[in-house]
This record gives sequence, structure tokens and C-alpha cells, in this order.
Amino acid sequence: MKRIYSGEKTFITPIIRPIETGLYKLSGIDESSEMNWKTYGIAFTLFTFTGIAVLFLIQLLQNLLPFNPQGFAGVKWDSALNTAISFATNTNWQGYGGENTMSYFTQMIGLTVQNFLSAGAGMAAGVALIRGFMRKESETIGNFWVDLSRSVLYILFPLSILTSVILMSQGVVQSFQQYITAETLEGGRQLIPLGPAASQIATKQLGTNGGGFFSVNSAYPFENPTFISNLMENISILIIPIGFVFMFGSMINNKKQGRAIFLTMTLLFLAGLAIMLWSENSINPVINDSGIAYTHNMEGKETRFGVMWSALWSQSTTATSNGSVNSMHDSYMPLSGMVQLFNMGIGEVIYGGAGVGFAGFIFYIILSMFIAGLMVGRTPEFLGKKLGPREMTISVTALLLPMITAVLLSAIAVSSESGLSGLNNKSAHGLSEILYAYFSTAGNNGSAFAGLNSNTLFYNLTLSAALLAGRFATVIPALAIAGSLAVKKTVPDSSASFPTTGILFIVIVSGVIIIMGALTFFPVITLGPFLEHLFMKQGVLF
Amino acid sequence: MNMLSKEYIIPAVRASFQKLNPLTLRKNPVMLIVEICAFITTFYFTKSIVSGGNFYLTLHVTVWLWFTVVFSNFAEALAEIKGKAKAESLKSTKSQLKATRVASGGREESVSASILKKNDIVIVKQGEIIPGDGDIIEGTALVDESAITGESAPVIRESGGDRCGVTGGTKLLSGIIKIRIAVNEGESFLDSMIKMVESAKRQKSPNEIAMDILLVSLTVLFIVVVITLPAFAGYMNITISIPVLVALLVCLMPTTIGGLLPAIGIAGMDRVLQHNVIAMSGRAIEAAGDVNVVLLDKTGTITLGNRMASEFIPSDNIDRIDLMQASMYASLADETPEGRSIVVLAKKELGIHGRDIRQPDGSTFVPFTPESAMSGINMNGTEVRKGSMQAIEGVVAAKGLKVPEAVYNAVDSVSMAGDTPLVVIRGVSVLGVIRLKDIVKSGIAAKIAQLRKIGIKSIMITGDTHLTAASIAAEAGLDDFVAQAKPESKLQIIRKFQQQGNMVAMIGDGTNDAPALAQADVAVAMNAGTQAAREAANMIDLDSSPTKLLDIVEIGKEILITRGALTTFSISNDIAKYFAIIPAIFAVQYPGLNVLNIMNLGSAESAVLSAVIFNALIIPALIPVALKGVNYSVTSVSALLRRNLLIYGFGGIVIPFAGIKIIDIILAMLKVSL
Repeated sequence: MKRIYSGEKTFITPIIRPIETGLYKLSGIDESSEMNWKTYGIAFTLFTFTGIAVLFLIQLLQNLLPFNPQGFAGVKWDSALNTAISFATNTNWQGYGGENTMSYFTQMIGLTVQNFLSAGAGMAAGVALIRGFMRKESETIGNFWVDLSRSVLYILFPLSILTSVILMSQGVVQSFQQYITAETLEGGRQLIPLGPAASQIATKQLGTNGGGFFSVNSAYPFENPTFISNLMENISILIIPIGFVFMFGSMINNKKQGRAIFLTMTLLFLAGLAIMLWSENSINPVINDSGIAYTHNMEGKETRFGVMWSALWSQSTTATSNGSVNSMHDSYMPLSGMVQLFNMGIGEVIYGGAGVGFAGFIFYIILSMFIAGLMVGRTPEFLGKKLGPREMTISVTALLLPMITAVLLSAIAVSSESGLSGLNNKSAHGLSEILYAYFSTAGNNGSAFAGLNSNTLFYNLTLSAALLAGRFATVIPALAIAGSLAVKKTVPDSSASFPTTGILFIVIVSGVIIIMGALTFFPVITLGPFLEHLFMKQGVLF
Repeated sequence: MNMLSKEYIIPAVRASFQKLNPLTLRKNPVMLIVEICAFITTFYFTKSIVSGGNFYLTLHVTVWLWFTVVFSNFAEALAEIKGKAKAESLKSTKSQLKATRVASGGREESVSASILKKNDIVIVKQGEIIPGDGDIIEGTALVDESAITGESAPVIRESGGDRCGVTGGTKLLSGIIKIRIAVNEGESFLDSMIKMVESAKRQKSPNEIAMDILLVSLTVLFIVVVITLPAFAGYMNITISIPVLVALLVCLMPTTIGGLLPAIGIAGMDRVLQHNVIAMSGRAIEAAGDVNVVLLDKTGTITLGNRMASEFIPSDNIDRIDLMQASMYASLADETPEGRSIVVLAKKELGIHGRDIRQPDGSTFVPFTPESAMSGINMNGTEVRKGSMQAIEGVVAAKGLKVPEAVYNAVDSVSMAGDTPLVVIRGVSVLGVIRLKDIVKSGIAAKIAQLRKIGIKSIMITGDTHLTAASIAAEAGLDDFVAQAKPESKLQIIRKFQQQGNMVAMIGDGTNDAPALAQADVAVAMNAGTQAAREAANMIDLDSSPTKLLDIVEIGKEILITRGALTTFSISNDIAKYFAIIPAIFAVQYPGLNVLNIMNLGSAESAVLSAVIFNALIIPALIPVALKGVNYSVTSVSALLRRNLLIYGFGGIVIPFAGIKIIDIILAMLKVSL
């Protein structure tokens, strides 16, 4: 990946390079000209909003467009807007059910394309941020269009072709035919939806998109039919975010640093997974008392995956900003819900989304290094870059704005009529559902606790706001910080600065992440998942 | 000095109430918000008195919120008080100063010191106070600088050379001098010192600004958390009273560090002042904490500045005692430090301690002249001389003789070791060689080792030969040295290191140091130095002690560490406060949530109050830490971080659990009605 972004040769270069140069010629991009962070940011913003506009129009007009065998009507404007923003911000929150709403054209030309592009744009931002650390006394941080093209052409595209082929071999559907009507054994009629799913699914996982072709996402047999497809998809969820961390280490010529960041993320990942497994394997007293033989919580899970693989997926999908599901998060035990909320609430940084998750993690590192640097008596620095008021402002904005947006919008939802009307469940569980929706969108995750009907005007609009805040409050600060770091000199490493590759670093950064998350979400998590957990122990369910 | 003595406490208490003025508090946003919170609860308290109902909790919370602000003000006031006292005394010195100015026609006139301008010439007589900063252009002076430095030992200043600078406000003990005033009114050293100690004019350093941003953002985050809480609570059918919400907000906000932040900065400045260093800004002190390369002059910093005799090496067939005696007599009248050191060493080796060595009868001294490059004594008709190898060679050659091989060997071996050989001759016979050694200051090697431990590279600069430099560098344990340096090479070296991204500190006194001082990130000028050097520097060492730089580095680091440690402590505290307040608010409706009440606090009201009281009391409890600074013991950086994390991070999580519980128990014992 390092070689790709620096334009060096790789084994796929001979095939892709002509396409790449052709693309630049076609759109008049000068490959060698670099941008400063502001131009980069403007390019990113323009690109995202163009994507939103195109997707919005495709959905509204899908009844006039080809490949619509089911004859779906145009999508309602608020839902279309929400979906457009959601896919263009690499979130893929889905207020609709894919197979009941979207035509094949919308799915392919609209959604799948955005799956590539939004992921590519996020990766470009991540690369630009890394350049901020690599460069010294430089105004520029790379060229957005080049980074975007390379992300899509060299990484996402080849990987998803590979993944789709494997998935199709496992039985994921790829078809343009009308839905099939089948006679069931009992003699009833069942409509079996089909569609070109495999291609969309590969990118949805690789690009931490998460938007399913079918509404129940990867729990649906046509999206994720077998154990192997499940494993394959789970790996693809994690591969690019993790790859980014190692690429960072390699690009700054400090592989140990990449490893330390990876270990920090893994530590948090495993901690979350452990809580989830413990919680899912504990006994729900209500069901137990009802006499059903029961050792662990299988509600909402597919028997072909079981608790272990469902929990692993759930942890992966919420920790990265993927958001696809292979089991219903709504039916997890309350404490697992707490872990899921926490993963998303802290801003999707445990591995995180493609490119942007890494950026989010960098903000936490900057915050940690600020405090740690002071505690050893030096002006804080990270990788030889001094951290001053400007970096502090940018980092805290990036960290706090999505959190604040999520909490504020959730508060509005629980105190307004239109917010409460979407709820199917009451009390603590209902609160968790609302929190989940906003944390998921502000974190650009996109997964949902089912049980909240969010396809309403109120939710479509407020969730859109959270989506935009989550995306832009991460990417623009990431670019700004890249710009500000690139200009700085790099201070040579000395024994005066403490090593950022050791255990101490891991402890501090994970400590800061946990404490920041805990301080922000303590009250709501107490009232939501934790209270629900207590209720469950007393035998009250919702 | 004990900061907690009465003379400090009373004015500090007074000042802490004066500082309640919101306009003054504006500089400290965190505390301003606490004050606004206090106003809100005061309002609710008054309202509940009027409307009836239980107002005890509101009353208690209100009182403790006001205390929180007062405690924070008290910390700041206490830190300022010493500086203010010093500023007052300096101001009174200044206002009474008179000067005798030499007018254009050479006429002398008496004017007030405050109207002196740059390039005015003033005459100062014995016993008078020097009216302004400047350079001596005529005469030699013995100056008492105690008014500024606190040092009672007088110092010598004379025209020409690098020790011509004098400071306004110091007293001329003897001599008559003419001074060219070097600065305009309001720019003098006294003025900048007054400005410095008056914290009102203190500018925030970039680190402080970044810290403020962090604290304000956290505050904003907590405001959002608290403001949205009634919505979530309302959904779950819980009502929370405004005073309790306000209490929660104040507890969560980083009040501990917010309250102590100004005090840390001021106290740091004050500690620098106690080391007799005037910093031109707080920024300069903090920059000192970041320095990773230190340039040190050899002479005066690493070595005592003078070479000392350390060994007598006799030539073949010459008695060592003979050499020693000859050397001693030749040096009796030699008042240079080298000369004196020869006498001292000879007396010691000859075992004639204490006895007065008199000039032998009928002898005459021959003083050193640059032409002869020798000095010595004529006694009993023989000439005893000591001097450089070339000079002695010349003498011997003139008589058609040769210097013995053994002496050549001795001279070579002394030079090889980086020392200076001095050859002694009596009549025509070369007696031997005296080894003059640069003596490394005692303790300097330890200081340099400390620097290395904390990651600072020390580099020696000297005009000496490579050999001499290498030997001194090895002895003092320096990381690197630059030999045969010219005055301008300092500037080049600093530039080179800065280019590589280093922060460079240097200490200097001479005019030729000024460009390098101006270039260095941390530049300390000695007070005895020239005006040019002092203007170029961002710190002035009043004691003119070259090793002071190391103390400054330490203080700079302590300020940063204190800030970081207290921030960590402040934020970690919040966890315990959540565990106190959240169950208190929610458990009324959902008793199950009492499992979160892990401190097992008496009642909901007492839980809230205990957290508020702990939050207020922790500020005065930490004032000593803020004023003295977190101890910076020199160990490895990782060990330092581990220690501080353990004390302030882990301790910050644990201590409030204990503290809140204890306050809760005390409240129960006192039967405070809530």
C-alpha cells in the first residue's frame, strides 16, 4: 500500500496504470501537482457533496432509470437524502430495506459505486494525514484525486473482485433477474429477492461501508451463506483498517510505531470482545426460567454462525466503522450493547473506518502525547512533530464534535414526540436503540439496533446531520492537522522524548480512549444498557 | 521561605476575594464558569427560601461552589505575592533615583533618573546608586548588586572588555565611573524585572494556550453531557433538580487544574527568580525544558578558567626538589592564577605548608612580558625563568646549547595529554617541565551526566587546540566539542543544530556572543556581561554563574510536569465523582442502580455534597504541589512518566474514592441536615 500511494511499481501496476493515466487525462488532472491541506479539503468536500447529489437524484428518479425489474417507485426525498449522505460518507446507515426499495440500477450505479468512492475518499484523507508526519517544512500533503484514484483502482477494486469471486463460490447471489417466487413446502408462496449482491458485498466489507444489499444485511443467506463466507467477510472488514496502521509505520520508516498502534487497537478490540462473549454466554434469567434449555444467548443470531462468530463479527463491525451485521444487535445482551455503543461512541478508532479510523486514532494519540509529553517535562511531541495550540484545537474538535452531536441529537430524540414515535421498545432498551442510531451515524458506522423505525422525516434528517458531522469533523481536521504537521520541522529522536513504541504508550493511549469515552457516556450508558442489564437480572425484559 | 506564614496568607486571602470579580476571572474560563454556576445555585437557594421547601442541599452546594472559586483565586494570589513584594521594592528604588548627567558642553547637571535616554553619559561617584543600565566607558568600579541579585559579595566592573555592564539600581561601593546609558526609560532591566514579577503582564506560553484549549473543550463536553442529562432522565421518568445538575457539572469540569493553572506558571517564574535568573518571558523558561543541545564555553563553565600546576617533571640528572624550589621562587611574584598555583603545588609537595616564603635577599623579580614570553627571578646572580618551550629554546639556543631530549619528551607528553607545558631554566641548565592543567570544575561531570540522562547533549566550545579540547571533554564527560572555535563559529554551530530540529541553549557574556545568543532558542546572558549580550538573551543570570543553565532547564521541565500531572489528576478524578453522583441521581427511581454506589455513601444528598466538597478542597490541598512544582528527579524519561502516571493517573482515580467516602462519613458524624 505504501508503494501504491507513493506511485512506485507493484505487481498490479502493469494492468492498472493505463487505466489510471487514462482517467487523469480524461479529467485533466496533473498527477504531479500537489495540494495544500485547504485545497485537499475543498476537493474532498466537493467530491462528497457531488456524490450525495448524484445518489440523491438516482434514487428519486429510479423509476425512470433502467434495471428496475420489480418496478420500484422513486424513493421518498427524505429517505433518499439520508441514504445519499449515508453512502457518500462511508456510513451506509440504512433506513430502508434494500430489497423492497432500491432497484438494481440504484444498488449498482448508485450505492455500489459510492461504496468504492466514499471508502477511497476516506483512505485518501488517511494517506494525506500520514504525509503530514512524513514531510518536513512542506506546504503540500498530496493530491486528493490521485490518492482517491489509487485507493479505488489499486486497492479496493482488485481486492473486491477477489472477494466477490470467493463469495459467489459460496453462494452469494449475483443476478439481474426478477425476484423468484417459490412454492414452499407448506404450499405457501414466498418471494425470494435476488440481485447483483456479491459485488456490492465485497466492497461493503472492504471499504468499511456496511450497507447491505438486503435489509437484514449479512445475516441473510444470500449475502452470507456459509461459515467460510462469514470468515471471509469478517476478515475483509478488518483488513484495510489494519493495513492502514501498518502502512503508517512503513511510510514513516518506523514499523515499531505501526505495531504499537496496532497492539493498542487490538488490546481494546479484545477487551470489548471479551465482555461481549462473557455477556452473550451468560444466562438470560427470564428465558431460563421459562423452561427453555438454554446456555447462551442465541436470540437474533444465525445458527450457522453461533455466538462466537456472531460476537466477533459484531465487535469487528462496530469497532471498525463497517456497520454490516450478521446477527441482530438489538437482541444482544445489554452489556454487549454497551460495548457496541462504546466502540461507536469513541469515534470508530479501534481499527476504525478505511483511512478515517486511523485518523481518529491519531487524534487520541495527540491528546495522549500532549499529557504524557507534559508529564516528562517537554513540549509535547509525536514522531518528532511538536504539538502546539493548533494541533490541540484540531484534535479536540475532531474528537468532541461527533460525540457532542450524537449526545445532543439523542437528547432531542428522546424528548420529542417525533423521536419517540419511532420506538418499538420502551424504557432502557428504547433509550439504547435511540443512542445506537445516533452513535452509529455520528461514528459513520451505519449498523442499526433494529427495533427503531428510523425511516421517518425526523430521523432521516437528524441522522443525516449526525452523518455529516461524523464525516467532516473527522476528515477536515485530519487534513488540517496534516497541513499543520507537514509545515513543521521534525525534531530528531532523543532520549529526552519518551519512546512511543513501548508498553507505556499502549497503556496511555488506551487509558485516554477509555477515560474519554467513559466520561462522555457514563450517564447515558448507565440509563441505557446498564439499567437494562439490571432489569434483566430482575427478570424484566422489553 | 515558608509560604504559609501569616505575612503571605492574609494578603492572599484578601486578594482571593477581590479576584471574584468576573472581569478578572475572565482570564480563567474554567473558573469563570464555576462562578456562573455559583451564581445559579445562589439564585435557586434564594428562590427556595422565598418559596419555602428544603433548601439545605442547595445552600451547602452554593457555599462550596463559592469556596471552589475562592480557593483557586487563593492559589493564584499566593503565587503572585512574592513577586509583587519584590516589584514594590524595586519600584521604590527606581522612583528615588537621581543622576548626574554630563551635558553636551561637558557641564554636569543633576536630573531624575527617569528622564535618562539612550547614549546619555552619567557620572556615578562612590556610594551613589547607578541610575540606569549601561556600559562603563571610564573607570573601574566595585559594585554592590545585592538590591537586584540578593548576593552580598560586591563585583568588579571596568571599562572595556566583557565586564563593563552595570545595572540600574545597584550601588557603587568605590571608584568614580562614567557610564553610557544603553536603554531608554521603560526598557531598562529594572523595568523589565518589574514587569516580569507583576504577573498581570504575564503572557501565556504556547503550552499554556494548548492546555487552556484542552480544558475549555472538556468543559464544553461536560456542559453538553449535563445539559442533555435531564432529557434522558426525563425519558426514564427521573427528574433532576438544577442545583444537583450544576453540582455535577462543576465536579466534572477540570476545576482542579483550571484553578491551579495560573499559580503553576507564576510560581515557576518565581522559582527561576529565586535562582537569581530573570526570564524575559514564561515562554523562555518553558523552552528551556525542551532544550536538547546545550553549548557550553570551556573556560569558566567547564573548567575553572585558569590552568593550574599539577605536576613537576624534572629533566635527566636534575633533582625533583631542585626543580620545585626553582619553580617556586620563579613564581613568587607571579600574581597570575597559574603562577600562584605553581607556588601552592610546590609548597604542598615540599611539605612547607603554612610557612611564609619570603623573597630571598638581594633578588629581583622579572615580570612577564609578551615579548620575552617568560617571567622569573634573578637571585644570587643566576637567572631563573619559566616560560613556553619556544621562549626557553630561544634562550638556550642563544647560548649555543641544546635542550635535553628528556625535556622535549616531557613537553610532548604533556601536550599530548591536552595540558600546557611550562619549561623552567636556571642559568643555562634546563631543569624540567611544569604541567599546567585545565582544572575541570568539581561537580560539572555529574551535571553533564544528569543532562545526558534527560536526553540533553552538551557540547563544549573552545578556542583551544583539538588535543586540549579532547582531554577536557573526556574528563568532564561531554558529548562533543568544537575546538579552535572562532567567535563566529558559535553562531554557525547553533544554526547547524537548529537546522536538524534541535532546541539549542547557550550561555554567554561577551559582545561577540551576542549574535549567537540572539540565534539560540534559550539564551542566558550573565549579568556581568556586556549590554549587547544582555539584550540578545532571553534570560539573565544575575549571579553570572555558567552552570545556572542546568537549573533553568530543570525548572522549565518542572513547570510542564506539574501542569501535565495535575491535568491527569483532575481528569482521573471524574470517574469517582460519576460513581458518587450518578447513582445518587438515578437510584431514587431505579434502586437497582445502587450497585453503582460502590462507595456506599450515606444518602443521595450527602453523595452529591461530598463530591462537591472534595472537588473544592482538593484545590487548596494541591497548592503546595502547584507552587513547589512536581519534583523532577533525574531518571530516565520512561521511569519519570511511569512514576507520574502512577501517582497522578492511578492515584487520581483512587484518591477521590477515599476522599469522598471520608467526607461522607464526616458529614454523617456532624449530622449535617440536608
